[in-house]
Amino acid sequence: MLYREAGQFKASYAADQAIFPIAQDRVLMAILLVVAAVVVPLTATQYLYTAILIPSLILALAAIGLNILTGYCGQVSLGTGGFMAVGAYTAYNLFIRVPELNLLLVLLAAGAMAALVGVIFGIPSLRIKGFYLAVATLAAQFFLDWVFARVPWLYNYSPSGSVGVPDLYVFGFPVITPTQRYLFILAIVALMALVAKNLVRSSVGRAWMAIRDMDIAAEIIGIRPLQTKLSAFAVSSFYAGVSGALWAFLHLKSWEPAAFDINRSFSLLFMIIIGGLGSILGSFIGAAFILLVPIFLNQVPPALGIPLSTATISHLEFMIFGALIIFFLIVEPHGLARLWQIGKEKLRLWPFPH
Amino acid sequence: MELQDLYFLIEVIIGGLMAGVLYSLVALGFVLIFKASGVFNFAQGAMVLFAALPVVRLIEWGVPVWAAIAAAAAIMIGLAFVIERTVLRPLVNQEGIILFMATLGVTFLLEGLAQQIWGSEVYRLDIGIPTDPLFLGEILVNGFDISVAVAAGLLVAALIAFFQTTKVGRALRAVADDHQAAQSVGIPLNHIWIIVWSIAGLVALIAGIVWGSKLGVQFAMTFVALKALPVLILGGFTSIPGAIVGGLIVGAGEKLSEVYLGPIIGGGLENWFAYMLAMVVLLFRPQGLFGEKIIERV
Amino acid sequence: MTQQSGRKIGGPLLKVQGISLSFGGVKALSDVSFEIRQHEILAIIGPNGAGKSSMLNVINGFYHPQSGTVTYKGATRKQMQPHEAAEQGIARTFQNIALFKGMSTLDNIMSGRLLKMKVNFFLQALYWGPAQREEIAHREVVERIIDFLEIQAIRKTPVGKLPYGLQKRVELGRALAAEPDLLLLDEPMAGMNVEEKEDMCRFVLDVNEEFGTTIALIEHDMGVVMDISDRVVVLDYGRKIADGVPDEVRANKDVIDAYLGVSH
Repeated sequence: MLYREAGQFKASYAADQAIFPIAQDRVLMAILLVVAAVVVPLTATQYLYTAILIPSLILALAAIGLNILTGYCGQVSLGTGGFMAVGAYTAYNLFIRVPELNLLLVLLAAGAMAALVGVIFGIPSLRIKGFYLAVATLAAQFFLDWVFARVPWLYNYSPSGSVGVPDLYVFGFPVITPTQRYLFILAIVALMALVAKNLVRSSVGRAWMAIRDMDIAAEIIGIRPLQTKLSAFAVSSFYAGVSGALWAFLHLKSWEPAAFDINRSFSLLFMIIIGGLGSILGSFIGAAFILLVPIFLNQVPPALGIPLSTATISHLEFMIFGALIIFFLIVEPHGLARLWQIGKEKLRLWPFPH
Repeated sequence: MELQDLYFLIEVIIGGLMAGVLYSLVALGFVLIFKASGVFNFAQGAMVLFAALPVVRLIEWGVPVWAAIAAAAAIMIGLAFVIERTVLRPLVNQEGIILFMATLGVTFLLEGLAQQIWGSEVYRLDIGIPTDPLFLGEILVNGFDISVAVAAGLLVAALIAFFQTTKVGRALRAVADDHQAAQSVGIPLNHIWIIVWSIAGLVALIAGIVWGSKLGVQFAMTFVALKALPVLILGGFTSIPGAIVGGLIVGAGEKLSEVYLGPIIGGGLENWFAYMLAMVVLLFRPQGLFGEKIIERV
Repeated sequence: MTQQSGRKIGGPLLKVQGISLSFGGVKALSDVSFEIRQHEILAIIGPNGAGKSSMLNVINGFYHPQSGTVTYKGATRKQMQPHEAAEQGIARTFQNIALFKGMSTLDNIMSGRLLKMKVNFFLQALYWGPAQREEIAHREVVERIIDFLEIQAIRKTPVGKLPYGLQKRVELGRALAAEPDLLLLDEPMAGMNVEEKEDMCRFVLDVNEEFGTTIALIEHDMGVVMDISDRVVVLDYGRKIADGVPDEVRANKDVIDAYLGVSH
C-alpha cells in the first residue's frame, strides 16, 4: 500500500514534467542519495569501494555517454574506450605539464578534448547510419589505441609505456583514501547524470530520439541531421572523456593504453544493452551488473564447493554476457531498467492485476 | 630505384595480397549473410574461430583430417539451425541495429563456448598444405600463399556457380533482391536463412583452416577477422567481387604502409590502417567502391 | 496559435513551375505546374503511381527535381533541404506514418515545436529558469493541440503502441505543432473507417478555418475530396491533366478516362 499515487494531483505542467512526478519516487531517490553519500562512507569496506562502488560509478558515467549516442540517438559506437583514453591522456598531460591546474578543470578539459575527437570521428555519421557507423567508431578505437601507445610525448617518454599520477587534491582537500575518492566521484557522477537526464527530457533529447526513430521524418520537421548527430557525439564523448580521466586518475592510478582497448568499448556497449537502451537509470544498473558478474563467478561457485579455473570463469563470462544480450534484445530491448519500471507499475496497481 | 628494391616492393605487395585473401574470405561470409537476410553479422569472425578450433583439436586427438573437417562442417550447419531458431526468428522484422547488436551477443557466446569446449591455447594446424618457398625469377614467394590463393579462387568460383546455376542459389538471389517478393513466390524465408548461414559457416570453416595453418588457431583470430568490416566498407556490403577486391586492397595497403610508412611514424600501422582507409571511403563514397547507390524513398 | 478570423482565399502561396523529376530513367513527374493559394484546401488526386507523393516530396525539399522551380512566399528556388522547408513554415504528414515510434504522443508533438525552441544547450542541460519556462510554454501550446485532436488519454503512450487511426492523428498533431503556413497531408484518411474519416475531415476543415492554414492534401476517397477541397489538381502518369474547382474536375473528360483506365 506504500506505492500509491492517489491524491497526488499534478496542478501544473512543471509538476508533470518533473523527473520524478510520483512522490514516493522522490522519497526513494532522496533515500538513495543519503545512503550513497552518508551511510556508505560510514560502513563500506576497502574492498567494496575499490572493487565495486568506484568502478561502477565511473563506468556508469561512460555508459551514460554511450547511451546518449546509441540509446537516444541511435548511432552504434564501438569506440567508447578510445574516447575514454583521450580523456585519460588529456588529463595526464595537463597534470604533468600544468601541475597547478585544479583537478576539476583538468576533468573538464579531458571531457572537452574527448568531445572534439568524438566529433571528428562522428562526421561520417552524416552519410551513413546504424551499423555502418560502427566501422567508423572502430577506426577511432584502433587509431587512438595506437596513438597512445606510439606517440612518446603523450605518455611522457615513459620507457614502459605505462603512466601514473601521485596523490591528488581538489581545492586543497585530499582525494586519496577510498572514501575520499568515492565521495568525489559520486558528486561528479550524480551531477553529470542529472545533466544527462535534463538533456534527454528537453528539446535536445527529443531531437536525438527523432533522429534515432526516423531520421527522414526528423529532417522534415526541421532537425538538421548532421548537427544533431554531432551534438550527440560531442556530449557522449565528453562523458566518456571525463569517465576515462576518473578511471585513470582515481581508480587505476597507473595505467597503460590497454586499459582503454576495444574490450572496454564492448563491455560498455553490453552495459547499456543489458541495463537499458535509452535509459539513464539503466546505465547505472548495467554498469553494476557487468561488474558484478565476474565477481560473482569468482566467489560464489568456490563457496558452494565448485571451484572454477580462471579460464573457465572468463569463458563463462563471455557466454553469460553473450546470452544475456541476445535474451534482452529479444525479450526486453529496454533492459533491466524497463523490468524495474514494470515492477513499479505492478506495485502501483497491487493487489489488482491491471 | 634499384632492381633489388623493386623486387622487395613486389614481395611486399604479394605478401599483402595474400593476407588480403584471408580478409576476403571472412568478408565473403559476411556479404552472403547480409545479401540474403540483411543482417550485419558481427559474429563472422567468431564463427571462424568456432569452426577452426574443433578441426585442430580433433586432429590432435588422432581423428583423420577429413573426418575432423567434416565434423566441423556439421557443427557449422548445426549452428546455422540454432541461430535461425533462437536469434533470427524471434527478431524477425526488427531494425537492423538490433539484429547487429544481437550478433554481437552471438559473437561473445560463440567465443566463450568454443574456448570452453576446445581449449584456449594457440594450436598449430597442419593439414598438409605445401609450404616450400618458390622463386619466380628473383622474387621469393611463399608456396603456402599460392596454395591458399588457388583454394580461395576455387571457393569463389564454386560460390558463383552455386548462385548462378542451382535452384537454391537463384532463390537466394531472389531474396536478396526483394524479401517480400521472394516470400510471395513461395520461398520460405526460414529455410533461406538456414542455408545462407550454413554456407557462411562453411566459408568460415575454410577461412579458419587456411588462417590456422598460417598463423595457428587462436583467439586473436577474431580480432584479425574484424578487419573484414573495413574490407566490406571498401567493397560494398552486397558485392562478392567487392569483398574480394576490398580484401586485396586492404591487405596490400596495410603491408605497404607498414613497411614504408611504419619506420617514419612508428610501427603498428597495420592495426588501424584498414579502418582509417574505410573511414575516408565512407566520407566520400558511402556505398563503397562496388556497392549500389542507396536511393532513399519516403 | 494565433487565431485568424475566418478565411479568405488569397493569392498564390506556392507555385510550382515545369517540375520534372525522374529516378534513374523512370519519370515520376514531367513538366507539372500549378499553384497553391493562401488559405485554401487543395486536393491532389490521381491513380496510383501518378506522382502525387513525389510532388509533395518536391515541395518540401526531399526530392530535388531535374528541372523546374518552386516559388514559395515570393522566393523562387530550384532546390532546398527538408529542414529549410520546415524553417519556412512547411509541415507535412506521410502516407506510411512517419512518427517517432519510441517516443510518447506528447514528445512526438513537442518535437514538432523544435524549431520554435530557442533556449541554448547549456540552459537545457541545467533545466533551469528560461529552459524550464520555455518547455512549459510550449507544453501549453501542445496541450491545446492535444485537446483539439481529442487525444488527451494517450498523451503518455509510446506511439508505436497506438492503433493506426490514432497514429495518423498524432502525426497531424506534430505537423500542427509547427504552426505551419502550408500543411501537406499525404493520404490523411487512408485505411480509416467512416467514423475516423469523418473525424479527420473535421480536423482538417477546423485547422483551415480557425488558423487559416493553407492545406494541400492527397486523397483517394472522392467523396471526401469533393466535399472539403476548394480546388483539385489531377495528376496521371506524372503529368497534370486537370486543375480546377471540384465540379469542373468531376466533369473533365481526361479525368474520367484516367480513372476508368482508358489506354494512352
